Amino acid sequence: MKVLVAVKRVIDYNVKIRVKPDKTGVETANVKMSMNPFDEIGVEEAVRLKEAGAASEIIAVSMGPQSCQETIRTALAMGADRGIHVLSDAELQPLAVAKLLKAIAAKEQPQLVILGKQAIDDDSNQTGQMLAALLGWAQGTFASKLKLEAEKALVTREIDGGLETVELKLPAVMTTDLRLNEPRYASLPNIMKAKKKPIEQVTPEALGVDVAPRLVTLKVEEPAKRQGGRKVASVQELVDKLKNEARVI
Amino acid sequence: MALDPQTLRQFLDTIQRFVREQLEPAEAMVAETDTVPPAIVDEMRRLGLFGMTIPEAQGGLGLGMSEEVQVLFELCQTSPAFRSVHGTNNGIGSQGIVIDGTAEQQRRYLPRLASGEIIASFALTEPGAGSDAASLRTSARRTAEGWVLNGTKRFITNAPEASLFTVMARTDPETRGAGGISAFLVEAPNPGLKLGRIDRKMGQRGAHTADVIFEDCRVPADALLGGKEGQGFKTAMKVLDRGRIHIAAVAVGVAERLIRDMLRYAKERVQFGQAIGEFQLVQAMLADSRAEAYAARCMVLDAARRRDAGENVSTEAACCKYFATEMVGRVADRAVQVHGGSGYIADFGVERFYRDVRLFRLYEGTSQIQQIVIARNMLRQAG
Repeated sequence: MKVLVAVKRVIDYNVKIRVKPDKTGVETANVKMSMNPFDEIGVEEAVRLKEAGAASEIIAVSMGPQSCQETIRTALAMGADRGIHVLSDAELQPLAVAKLLKAIAAKEQPQLVILGKQAIDDDSNQTGQMLAALLGWAQGTFASKLKLEAEKALVTREIDGGLETVELKLPAVMTTDLRLNEPRYASLPNIMKAKKKPIEQVTPEALGVDVAPRLVTLKVEEPAKRQGGRKVASVQELVDKLKNEARVI
Repeated sequence: MALDPQTLRQFLDTIQRFVREQLEPAEAMVAETDTVPPAIVDEMRRLGLFGMTIPEAQGGLGLGMSEEVQVLFELCQTSPAFRSVHGTNNGIGSQGIVIDGTAEQQRRYLPRLASGEIIASFALTEPGAGSDAASLRTSARRTAEGWVLNGTKRFITNAPEASLFTVMARTDPETRGAGGISAFLVEAPNPGLKLGRIDRKMGQRGAHTADVIFEDCRVPADALLGGKEGQGFKTAMKVLDRGRIHIAAVAVGVAERLIRDMLRYAKERVQFGQAIGEFQLVQAMLADSRAEAYAARCMVLDAARRRDAGENVSTEAACCKYFATEMVGRVADRAVQVHGGSGYIADFGVERFYRDVRLFRLYEGTSQIQQIVIARNMLRQAG
């Protein structure tokens, strides 16, 4: 079976994010970028399915400017077979991405689409759900475990207060949570081999999708600076302040 | 082969992550236990780190020198013990075979070295012979079946782990100098090959050296590297030329790590109501370290590019090794100084690096040997 994995290029998780002076967004110039960590977990899961003989082909999809090809290359180095790059310099919001993925799914006919539960840049947590709705497919979000059986997938979900296992009829959409697996590092020989794997480039127009933003970002602000702590002389004073000043107990 | 910039970048990013996520957290434990955990060694194998400099045809990555040094800049921003695990397979343990080995020797050993299945060591130094090859005592006597080796080698890196040794031995007792020396590929275990106890070193715990003792150690005729007698010293010198640039790159990587650590501390540590990084005397230490590390990085890149272009870089390699290793010594000293009293306490790790880097000025030719190489080359070229 074919597995489609969505991979987003985001600011590397180690970079200290800075807001642009005009508050229209965050600084991305000369900032180290890498694959969204949840998407990395998605690629890893797909590669494990292939290694176990459950998946026959893995297609990695990324959307955005030309540089997204680097993110696809990372997925190819980890073990994906080929890539699709939707070239667009426009701001791509979750609905647009879901529509583009729907168009690609219609063409590729995968049995499973894996996405990260959210991207660490905008934390939207919408694309997987929107895609499942647009396709009319079953969805298993926040997956911490995946088991494939004939024509169906058992997805264990991390929910408030415990775990829930749902049975999805294939084809289906799954979004990954942190504990699904620990992604591998692409090995150096595989990085070199990934150069030879194909990446197909398409445009939103060719896929017949209108990607115009539906939401407007009014402003972006840095979190408020943390106030300095205060020292107290005794436990009594601490309890008193927690009760009467902070009002937390 | 020359990698395109995108592939090289991806390569370096992967290594940077591996260092940050896997190696850095294990540094203290490696020093404590004097062992690099097998799981990390396995991950190094899987990543392909053992075969970086071995040609692609033999299962390696075939990196050129300028790519190798950029990888080392990243890979060495952690305890040098980690590099030692695969350092001999990429450097002195394999390069003799890559440069001067017969096709059969290359076919036999290089794929296994590239995969990390076996570890290789390079055995030149002796109790009575370091850089002075003329005084090499280990002998190889020809017999009907092959060769018999006798002698003792000292400070042999990875000897306890190695199953292949490139051994420099005198095959012609009549020729006193370098011309009487040949190189042999000796497989371990061998009943005639014994190891001394693991040396107790000042630093770099987790990386092991030991004496290697040959007592009537019998090896087949085809163990002679390149199949030619009297070439051993020439081979060793070619290997060491590359090795000098390699060690210089290692020194740059460690220096950059130390600068990162001291910068972080200078921003965090508050005295007299401000971060100590605000004080000009601390700033001077930061600036001097940065400038020197940058100079060394540029030297190493330049020498590596020249070597890749086929130039003779004997002088440049010696300059790099000399400057970069002395530089990292000064940077480590300043890193301790910026950390103040904490720099002397093991929990901060800086004192460990301070001891670790001391070795760089000693092995693969001391700083004084590098000075001699540089000056002699200058005088010779001046005619």
